[in-house]
Amino acid sequence: MIKRDLVIVGGGPAGLCAAKVALDAGMSVTLVERFNRLGGQLIKQTHKFFGSESQYAKTRGYDIAEILIKELDGYGDLEVLLEATCVGLYPDKVLTIYQDNHYFKYQGKSVIIATGASEKVLAFENNDLPGIYGAGAVQTLMNIYGIKPGSEVVMVGSGNIGLIVSYQLIQAGIKVKCLVEAASKIGGYLVHASKLKRLGVDILMNTTIKRAIGKEKLEKIVTVKLDENWQEIKNTETEIKTDALCISVGLSPLHQLMSMAGAKMLDVSELGGLVPKKTCDYETTIEHVYACGDVTGIEEASSAMVEGRIAGLMAAKHLGFKHPKAFELEETLNNQLCVLRQGPCGEKIRCGLKKAGEIND
Amino acid sequence: MRIKEHPILNFDHTVKIQFSYNGKAMVGYKGDTIAAALFDNGVRHFSDSVVHKRPRGLYCAIGNCGSCYMNVNGEENVKTCLTLLEEGMKVSSAISEVNDD
Repeated sequence: MIKRDLVIVGGGPAGLCAAKVALDAGMSVTLVERFNRLGGQLIKQTHKFFGSESQYAKTRGYDIAEILIKELDGYGDLEVLLEATCVGLYPDKVLTIYQDNHYFKYQGKSVIIATGASEKVLAFENNDLPGIYGAGAVQTLMNIYGIKPGSEVVMVGSGNIGLIVSYQLIQAGIKVKCLVEAASKIGGYLVHASKLKRLGVDILMNTTIKRAIGKEKLEKIVTVKLDENWQEIKNTETEIKTDALCISVGLSPLHQLMSMAGAKMLDVSELGGLVPKKTCDYETTIEHVYACGDVTGIEEASSAMVEGRIAGLMAAKHLGFKHPKAFELEETLNNQLCVLRQGPCGEKIRCGLKKAGEIND
Repeated sequence: MRIKEHPILNFDHTVKIQFSYNGKAMVGYKGDTIAAALFDNGVRHFSDSVVHKRPRGLYCAIGNCGSCYMNVNGEENVKTCLTLLEEGMKVSSAISEVNDD
């Protein structure tokens, strides 16, 4: 068994930021990543981030990934495991890591879970036909591998991912036939929706997918209009020819490791589903096991980075490691989170965190 | 089909990698995962559902959903969306029967 001060599961924005702060505090750190490179989903994000400078506003997602990875250069006490999957977490902070056909046992004095989230599916007839993808999968194919996912794409969901991926499809020279949204209001930032409208994309409100048609792969979809009670309106079914349907109806936290370890979990719909109960120090109900980023509630990468830094700082603090700027950093980071969650766009997350008992306003 | 021109990104599709899918010769590029190369070669049907044998395609492409499990060099249930393509790989969609019990 390999013993470390801290084992972090997930090399995305939250995990990378947690590693940096913990290393600065003098901890020995192992960072476990399932993919063959670090960066998580930032590596496929070609859009420039919003927010403030401390969260790399105006910088493209994949460039932010590069910055975060470079920040980890030169630390002797960092071990990065790539193409390594954490398949087990136990209450004594033992982790089972699967890499290259072997199982390895690690034990951390602290563990930070930063596994992120997975894309939700939508229920309709034939929703498992090849040609129906998560919007993130389409983004991966286009922006990482340079592959066209289809010739005529239909997007479902007008949240920021649906809007941004639609725009990126057009940038890659792929036709977006229409965007379908079940609600009567655009879910994401209007600035993204306006961009699509200007490019001639039809945005169909109060509309959902009734069924998919195709033998071995998707050929057509049937849409249907919804009334104000989300009920289908008769005689409004429309057939649309398409070879790629992108589903962008939200994300759910990848909670499995914490559920497995027996951490207390809460079901909070505003946070995306099952999330670990945690203190304001990001500690779960298992002592010295922390969680940060999308796994604690679906938000933007900007807040995942800040949460990662706080979790790293707290993991160090609770084991007596002293970060040179611990005091000011703690205050600054908590302030940054408050700012990120301000305003109407932060209402859902504020409400979710309140339900989870983390903020009391 | 590969993206030839992009306003932001540059793709390096110069180093070719030969592999086979169900015995058929295919070409991918350095940096591709197996799933990406298969997709580019027109493969959409990646696996079959366990009970009803319904065709399954790529869904999440980042290792969460399990729709792209295939047999690679004789090893079953390989997540093709996470595994890098290597020269001479033998990829097949054949899997053993799963016992429902």
